[in-house]
Amino acid sequence: MSDTRTHILSLDVENKAGVLARIAGLIAAKGYNIESLIVAETLDPSISHMTLVVRGDEWVIEQAVKQLNRLIDVIKVRDLTDMKTVDRELVLVQVDAKASTRAELLEVAGIFRARVVDVGSTALTFEVTGDPGKLEAFVELMRPYGIQRFYRSGKMAMQRSRQTGGAES
Amino acid sequence: MKLTGSEILLKSLLREGVHTVFGHPGGAVMHTYDALPKYPLQHILCRHEQAAAHAAEGFYKASGFPGSVLVTSGPGACNTITGLTDALLDSMAIVVLSGQVPTDVMGCDAFQEADVVGATRSCTKHNYLVRETSELSRTIRDAYHIAGSGRPGPVLVDLPKDVLMGKAHYVEHSGPIDIRGYKPSMDGHPVQIKKAVELIANAKRPVIYGGGGIIHSGASEELRQLVDLIKAPVTLTVMGLGAFPTDDPLWLGMLGMHGTYTANWVMTECDLMIAIGSRFDDRVTGKLSEFGKQCKIMHIDIDPTSIRKTVEVDVPIVGDVKHVLRALNRELAKVERDWAKDFAPWYADIATWQREHPLRYAEEPGVIKPQYAIDTIYRATEQYHPAVATGVGQHQMWASQYYRASKPRRWITSGGLGTMGFGLPAAIGAQTALPGELVICIEGDGSFQMNLQELSTCVQYNLPIKTFIINNQYLGMVRQWQEMFYQENYSQVDLQVQPDFVKLAEAYGLKGFRVDRPEDMAQAVERAVATPGPVLVDVRVARNENCFPMVPSGASLRDIIEFGDPPPPIYLGVDA
Repeated sequence: MSDTRTHILSLDVENKAGVLARIAGLIAAKGYNIESLIVAETLDPSISHMTLVVRGDEWVIEQAVKQLNRLIDVIKVRDLTDMKTVDRELVLVQVDAKASTRAELLEVAGIFRARVVDVGSTALTFEVTGDPGKLEAFVELMRPYGIQRFYRSGKMAMQRSRQTGGAES
Repeated sequence: MKLTGSEILLKSLLREGVHTVFGHPGGAVMHTYDALPKYPLQHILCRHEQAAAHAAEGFYKASGFPGSVLVTSGPGACNTITGLTDALLDSMAIVVLSGQVPTDVMGCDAFQEADVVGATRSCTKHNYLVRETSELSRTIRDAYHIAGSGRPGPVLVDLPKDVLMGKAHYVEHSGPIDIRGYKPSMDGHPVQIKKAVELIANAKRPVIYGGGGIIHSGASEELRQLVDLIKAPVTLTVMGLGAFPTDDPLWLGMLGMHGTYTANWVMTECDLMIAIGSRFDDRVTGKLSEFGKQCKIMHIDIDPTSIRKTVEVDVPIVGDVKHVLRALNRELAKVERDWAKDFAPWYADIATWQREHPLRYAEEPGVIKPQYAIDTIYRATEQYHPAVATGVGQHQMWASQYYRASKPRRWITSGGLGTMGFGLPAAIGAQTALPGELVICIEGDGSFQMNLQELSTCVQYNLPIKTFIINNQYLGMVRQWQEMFYQENYSQVDLQVQPDFVKLAEAYGLKGFRVDRPEDMAQAVERAVATPGPVLVDVRVARNENCFPMVPSGASLRDIIEFGDPPPPIYLGVDA
């Protein structure tokens, strides 16, 4: 049908048991893998917000968005793929840190505005937030030192407000 | 005063207008069945939960009111899954109330436990697990609202035993329902309607292709008005039959795999397809890459996911068929055009197809042809406008061709899922909804045997259903495909080993007789109709008859095979 690309879907859903399973089931039924998914309660505790990243055919994603909208527990779905958004992702990375490399690591971390969140005798744990490009660059720089553990939160995306549209902070 | 969950459940059902429940008791719903006699609810004890679900579908199709099912946990609930899926595909409003093990042992592999909410998530429009007795009243209200509104569909409410046995105050929920994630759009967008009017006003060879949505939305009258306005010919899907009178000069017959030659050719030669409450099923479109390429397409459907699902559409209109047709008709009435005159060449083409390619079959002395059997049933009973329920298979397609249903809600069949065994329980539901009216069940010998236990239900409630088994002692549709597409390799289709259906009827306590000569057929139908109570007629028909016309699966509508055509090339690797 048409080309495949990564879509960022933003969903407001009922904050109830089983809602995640419905949404995951719908995507799975298309044979698509969810690349990342973030869910948490909003200011209104009866509503959760999800950012769902999925790669797929335009036609199929359009259908999926309509079908997500049809779910009774889904209040609103937006496809943010072609909108101006602020994208953020959080990474926790635990890196081997010998006395000889510790200073270097901290220097790189400083450039990336990564925070040290845990210090052990053989490792440092950094927390970095940013867009995926920045995170990947940071991880590549950490890789030679030896990464012990590495967890990504998945992407969170928010539409930019009209007034400030485009100004990266 | 506090009521038990079971009492709140039953009281809530009555409040929603439910008066009939199809069900089967069991451990998890003992408490509810204990309370049942205290309430003015009719309970029809089906002999299998699958049949209870199909009965609820039949009830809905015949009445327009959601059908209700009450079953126990585990196997009881699991047995409804085929019915739920059938209801999902054919947009049938049913509510299944399933017992569940107590909340404190859920997930512990308790006796008769199944994750029913999980198992039915993909085969319901929506489902609920009720965790608090106090939520029951509200949940039942929402469940019936969701089932019956918008695009109708099945809803399951899972009811743990402790929720049913617990106590709470009954809260009367009777006001308007507001579910923030569920707001079906009823009225079509005026801009879209304007575009549709433009398409119709400029069409030279239009066709109305209607589906079950017309029936569900109660829009047969609006369809009639549309046809009277624009004089376009009409074809219907198997789910839409009954929405338009079959004796009308603009009636083309059903379309699709076993539709008429004319209806299918009209679809390939039209310049505008007016799709109304139909969903471009593969049985209708044939080969997608060749479908609707020559024409503009407008599509009215209440479910946005039905639009552009498989077929690109020029003018989509999301809305309830009845609402949209009213608005459309209002606008079309302003168009000044001599429609019939403009369509004269189109009518001429259609008349030629109809004359040269009518539905036909060969009679054979001494043998009942299945088409003849159904034609005879039709001629003997059409005056009563009966509800006709069918099973699934060749007999179903012959019934759709030769039982020329002309009234909405009188044609009840399993279209989308193609569920064998659907006919008898669906007829039970229809007869329950239409007491005192004639209900006919047309079944095949294979399909009938999938739910024949429901003969007991017919007898117990004295449901005077007249069941005709179109008996060719084969799984006939599969046999036909094997003959046509699998080099006559008749694998596992011979049903010569079968019960004596007349004796079976007697054993179940109803009247049964057999007919095997064409000259006796008409009298057999009259006898069945005249006999009080349920009747089973074993109609022995030609064993090797094939159902034509036929568009082979995956082929273009133009490749339709008619009776008497040479055998088709073998379509290897075609889809089922």
